[in-house]
Amino acid sequence: MVPFAGWEMPVQYKDSISESHLNVRANAGIFDVSHMLQTKVSGKDQVEFMESLTVSDVQKLKERQAVLSLFTNEQGGILDDLIITKTEEGYLFVVSNAGCAEQDHKLMQTKAEEMKKDGYDIHVETICNALIALQGPAMPKVLQPGVDFDLKTMPFMTSRMAKVFGIPYCRVSRCGYTGEDGVEISVSSDRVEELVTALLKSSTSDVRLAGLGARDSLRLEAGLCLYGHDIDTTTNPVEASLLWLIGQRRREAENFPGASKILAEIENKPRRKRVGFLSTGPPARAGTEIYDETGKKVIGKVTSGCPSPSLKQNVAMGYVESTFIKTGTKVKFEVRKKMVDAVVAKMPFVPSNYYYPK
Amino acid sequence: MASLLKHAVFQSVRRFPTLKGSLKVNGIRCISITSFKLQKYFSEKHEYVDVKDEGGKKLGTVGITDYAQDKLGEVVYVQLPEVGSQLEMEGEAGVLESVKAASEVFSPVSGIVTAINPNHADKPNLVNESPYDKGWLFKIKLTEPEELTKLMTEEAYLAYIKTIE
Repeated sequence: MVPFAGWEMPVQYKDSISESHLNVRANAGIFDVSHMLQTKVSGKDQVEFMESLTVSDVQKLKERQAVLSLFTNEQGGILDDLIITKTEEGYLFVVSNAGCAEQDHKLMQTKAEEMKKDGYDIHVETICNALIALQGPAMPKVLQPGVDFDLKTMPFMTSRMAKVFGIPYCRVSRCGYTGEDGVEISVSSDRVEELVTALLKSSTSDVRLAGLGARDSLRLEAGLCLYGHDIDTTTNPVEASLLWLIGQRRREAENFPGASKILAEIENKPRRKRVGFLSTGPPARAGTEIYDETGKKVIGKVTSGCPSPSLKQNVAMGYVESTFIKTGTKVKFEVRKKMVDAVVAKMPFVPSNYYYPK
Repeated sequence: MASLLKHAVFQSVRRFPTLKGSLKVNGIRCISITSFKLQKYFSEKHEYVDVKDEGGKKLGTVGITDYAQDKLGEVVYVQLPEVGSQLEMEGEAGVLESVKAASEVFSPVSGIVTAINPNHADKPNLVNESPYDKGWLFKIKLTEPEELTKLMTEEAYLAYIKTIE
């Protein structure tokens, strides 16, 4: 257990991080991500409210649909990443990072108060549920016996309220942070143990508790950003290679926080960009300096890196000057004063396995 | 001699888990182990050094303990000191990389590195599979043998890890 943002976090269970990691890729793993901030945004002006804080086209969301989004500031920096779900119960379900919980909460509350004064109808409340992620290709086999709807009808990035293994009012969202098929289940904290026990009892698959150590290596293989490492207020969505998160309508309307800065960045081309790297030998961790092929010029910095349990070589992501972002570009990492060969590589490093019905 | 043999057997059983079976089957085999007086010492940073006397010189084999490898998780890269390099007691001697993190290895004694385990290049997880035997890290010629008195015996080390659990 490791303290983080006021929580005691399970970094590793009985299995080693590699074992946990590989079991998620092959079967399924359960992560306790209850530290994440869950917020309910309701009121008739909920869409306008969320759009005033984020880059997403929330208006376009259909019921049950979810979208990955960003809170941005007026300078175009990223305040946090989040998932916004339009529920069929008439509110927006928002999940954001524990490390930013206080800031996100304040951001939403302050904006809501401001808009309320102008006559808008908005309610923001924290949902004090536990959040459990069941991730891996075996997820449908494990979960299907516990739900009364067909998981085949539920694509990646959709969400619904359901009874799960007899526990009512669970919000099941087909998403995750591993690159695998999976769900996150928001469940009343007094029944979370019951839920996890039911999932672990699965007779069809090898489901094991997986710690946040494995979650980190899984998300890195999937090319997903970790807030505070790969993105923060000093990075904008363009250089973070997250331009695709900005809704087309929002881009045209130029009305999201930091729009002028961010849109100018697209125009002028960013000075640096987030890309992936593969290497062998000693792995590069966050903070490692990246040099050009000659090893003479510093061109950027690694923001996340680890040995990949799936690929048996090292994966990393980081920011480099824009002239070095082409896949296949040879670079060097300085690891403990020695130069290590690395190459710019496409992300995800391991192909994603998200579920889209045929 | 009898007492020495008894002592050595006791230690060998723990030290070489892979030999445990053959020791039980054939007690004579362990005599080859006792022909050089191996003594194992432990540091608070979870390195061990197996020390033997050779022509009045003390030679050590250094590795990390079973407790340490378990805490570290699967080792995927091992960085070792260069042969001929001079190490100080508690000075950095190498790095073990697991998925989670890079962990420094500190030399439990001062001395000159005489050999490194070549097998780690292909099989770094020998550190996990066989920390006290095939997973040794480097061999060192002790230059300050009196430092050994500052290290723990196996018994003391086992008691020590209970206090930090």
